[in-house]
Amino acid sequence: MNLQQDSRQNIEPEHVPLPGHDVPWVVRARQSAFERFAAHGFPTRREEEWKYTDVSAIGKRASLKPAPPDPTSDAAALILFRDSGHLMVFVDGHYSGELSAAGELPAGVRLASLADMLNEAADLPEAFFDQLHEHTIFAALNNAFATGGAVLNLAPGTVLDAPVYLLFIASGQGAAIYPRNIVIAGEGASATVIEHYLGVIDAHNFTDVVTQISLGAGAQLQHCKLVQEGSGAFHVAGIHAEQAADSRFVSHSFVLGGRLTRNDITSSLNEPGCLCTLNGLYLLDGKQHVDHHTRIDHIAPSGISREYYRGIMNGESRGVFNGKLLVHPGAVKTDAHQANHNLLLSRQACVDTKPQLEILADDVKCTHGATVGQLNDDSLFYLRSRGVDAALARSLLIYGFANDIIEKVGVPDLRARIRHLVLERLPQGGQIKVML
Amino acid sequence: MDGQAKKRLEVNMTTVTRQLDELIGREYRDGFYTTLATDALPRGLNEDIIRMISARKNEPEFMLEWRLKAYRHWLTMTEPQWANLHHPVIDYQNICYYSAPKSEKDGPRSLSEIDPELLRTYQKLGIPLNEQETLAGVAVDAVFDSVSVATTFKAKLAELGIIFCSFSEAVQLHPDLVRQYLGSVVPYTDNFFATLNSAVFSDGSFCYIPPGVRCPMELSTYFRINAKNTGQFERTLIIADKDAYVSYLEGCTAPMRDENQLHAAVVELIALQGARIKYATVQNWYPGDREGRGGIYNFVTKRGDCRGANSHISWTQVETGSAITWKYPSVILRGDNSVGEFYSVALTNHYQQADTGTKMIHIGRNTRSTVLSKGISAGHGQNSYRGLIKVLPGAENARNYTQCDSLLLGDQCGAHTFPYIEVKNPSARVEHEASTSRIGEEQLFYCTQRGIAPEDAVSMIINGFCKAVFQELPMEFAVEAQKLLGVSLEGSTG
Repeated sequence: MNLQQDSRQNIEPEHVPLPGHDVPWVVRARQSAFERFAAHGFPTRREEEWKYTDVSAIGKRASLKPAPPDPTSDAAALILFRDSGHLMVFVDGHYSGELSAAGELPAGVRLASLADMLNEAADLPEAFFDQLHEHTIFAALNNAFATGGAVLNLAPGTVLDAPVYLLFIASGQGAAIYPRNIVIAGEGASATVIEHYLGVIDAHNFTDVVTQISLGAGAQLQHCKLVQEGSGAFHVAGIHAEQAADSRFVSHSFVLGGRLTRNDITSSLNEPGCLCTLNGLYLLDGKQHVDHHTRIDHIAPSGISREYYRGIMNGESRGVFNGKLLVHPGAVKTDAHQANHNLLLSRQACVDTKPQLEILADDVKCTHGATVGQLNDDSLFYLRSRGVDAALARSLLIYGFANDIIEKVGVPDLRARIRHLVLERLPQGGQIKVML
Repeated sequence: MDGQAKKRLEVNMTTVTRQLDELIGREYRDGFYTTLATDALPRGLNEDIIRMISARKNEPEFMLEWRLKAYRHWLTMTEPQWANLHHPVIDYQNICYYSAPKSEKDGPRSLSEIDPELLRTYQKLGIPLNEQETLAGVAVDAVFDSVSVATTFKAKLAELGIIFCSFSEAVQLHPDLVRQYLGSVVPYTDNFFATLNSAVFSDGSFCYIPPGVRCPMELSTYFRINAKNTGQFERTLIIADKDAYVSYLEGCTAPMRDENQLHAAVVELIALQGARIKYATVQNWYPGDREGRGGIYNFVTKRGDCRGANSHISWTQVETGSAITWKYPSVILRGDNSVGEFYSVALTNHYQQADTGTKMIHIGRNTRSTVLSKGISAGHGQNSYRGLIKVLPGAENARNYTQCDSLLLGDQCGAHTFPYIEVKNPSARVEHEASTSRIGEEQLFYCTQRGIAPEDAVSMIINGFCKAVFQELPMEFAVEAQKLLGVSLEGSTG
């Protein structure tokens, strides 16, 4: 396959100076990951995990080469707002020191780009780099090509009040972008990380990102992800958390933009007493395709997991949800609940959902639910009988449906921003904004 | 809770555990088999075997052609691997594909002509073939191994124009009906096991209810695997013409056996406009012993087609047997306003594995489906629900409600749920709910503190868990089903 031959050359250190090209283990890890990818190729719909999502268009791209840094790019213009917090900006997957503003960090907290970290303390990411065998083939591709991304290391007991805000900008050159993020929270540490993916309106870039999270005993992490890629963009992501005793992991995933988005979000509750919450909202239109695959592994006793995903499909969009919940032998006193609700608003839109339970321990309480439907006629009638016109009533109900997920976000600025974005997408959103 | 009460509860819990163990560890009661002279073909599968099967059954040319087409297609297929099941590789060349009791050729016309050994077998199973005929009010088309040996109540049914006979008989007497409907719901290309069945099926039941007729009795058939190493490949075809109604029961028990036996049946249901078919199964094939040796491999394709408007098909199943159950009774909701239902209780213990569920394909407008699945796992049993709810673009106002609950009795067993939901119409409403739990200590405590003995409490809870499904069974089966679960019916003791 020419494409792979072409790409193969790119990971030779002399071809593209990828971060860590002078660190032997990095080069080895990239090589073996690429071999793994080359042997398997892109997944097809014959594979159960990709049954509803066709990624053949990614394979047809002209190049999988990581985009080189482009100093002329006008990415700064895309940063419309600067949230308070520790800002790190990546343009086409490369860290931009100029645009970033990491600010003051408390003692014991280290926040650096992957490239810097590989130069300074290469042993820190090493443990993470080769951990992804069991995840999707896109993780292998990311391993081979990872250019940038952030590494956040929190020493035991450190608390980061302001969120770490990671902004990934696709400059619109149709680039292949490979960010790699690593979050390590020591015992009792706590932080909030926001990943925001932004592309120019008609960008057709391909982003393949992996975020790895390791939570020590009693650590807490809130992870928020917002995808606003351009209308032609492909976005494939993996977010993989490992939890130690009594740790809390909360994930929010919002997908509003992009042509095709696939998020694989997993958490492994390795020790007793963990809490894991996965929330998500996707609001789709046109030919958008969004696929969330989540997996929660209850390995130790007394874990609690909650999962709430909602989808709103308009136009010819397609929303896919696959929520796996595995309770391993011995993980007794597990309490798990999962729900996926979908609103289908147009003739051509469709929904495929599969909430999945696999339970191998007896003393557990596990439930899941999934629904697909449309706006309730009675609710519409209720609003209309009180003088609300039909269009506004519909928008109000859709907003209410989405807001149940939005209000779970624990970062006020971000919450307000997502609310704003959702309202902008609704026909009568402006009117609702006034009402709020 | 004071110490004494706690102690008492502990004692109670021990009794419960013991009772559960007893229930779980129960030996297979229907484990006997009859020595009969059988007329079997050599092991293995090739075109000659298929020609021989067809020739022995004196089939018309179209049947042989159909079988051969299926066989040639089967050669291009591979065994499906997606199910959550693990078993040794099946050697399809080491199976005897046809065996019929010797007496079949003479064609018994009354019970007195039937091999008395056979009659005793049925009596042991409690099938009321003899004088109980009228008392039981059930017409039994008993399938002994592969050939139907006796059919009762035929005259009575014939008065109404109902055809209820063995499949071979239908091929001889009503070839046009067979030709018209055979394979129209489960085509011979459908799946590995259905295709195999299409090539080699030996017999089964055939039923046709003419327009406007309400079948006055529950039709029923008993399957039984008897001759050693003979896989059963049954084919059932039920057609309910316009506005007809039929309720059909299928029950099975199989004798104890060490070698795994393959069972790959196909059931096709066709409901024309306004027709209603109720199909109930109690399946109690030999599940293998405590260590998971032996037991039946049960790979069944069951599908109903609501072909006409306002038609209604409902599947009810109680699956307690078989080492492996692979079975997804489905309904194609083609006609407008048609209704599909699936009610299931599946029990796995020891090393049994069940991967079962349903498919509801909504094609017509205002189609409705209900799925209610109850899985009980004990011992090392693995129980999977696998379902698909598919709403196609033209299915305006389609409605589905699915509930699947699992009960775990023990810490070595597993419960799995794989519900697929695919919706392509914005007016559809689809709901899915699932839960997994065990018998709660609080539930037991609640019962015991009200003076209910722990064993009764467990029975009550299990019965309550399955009640919504048992209610869908005809009376005769509801009783048997509850017995099969090894717990007494509520109120039956008093």
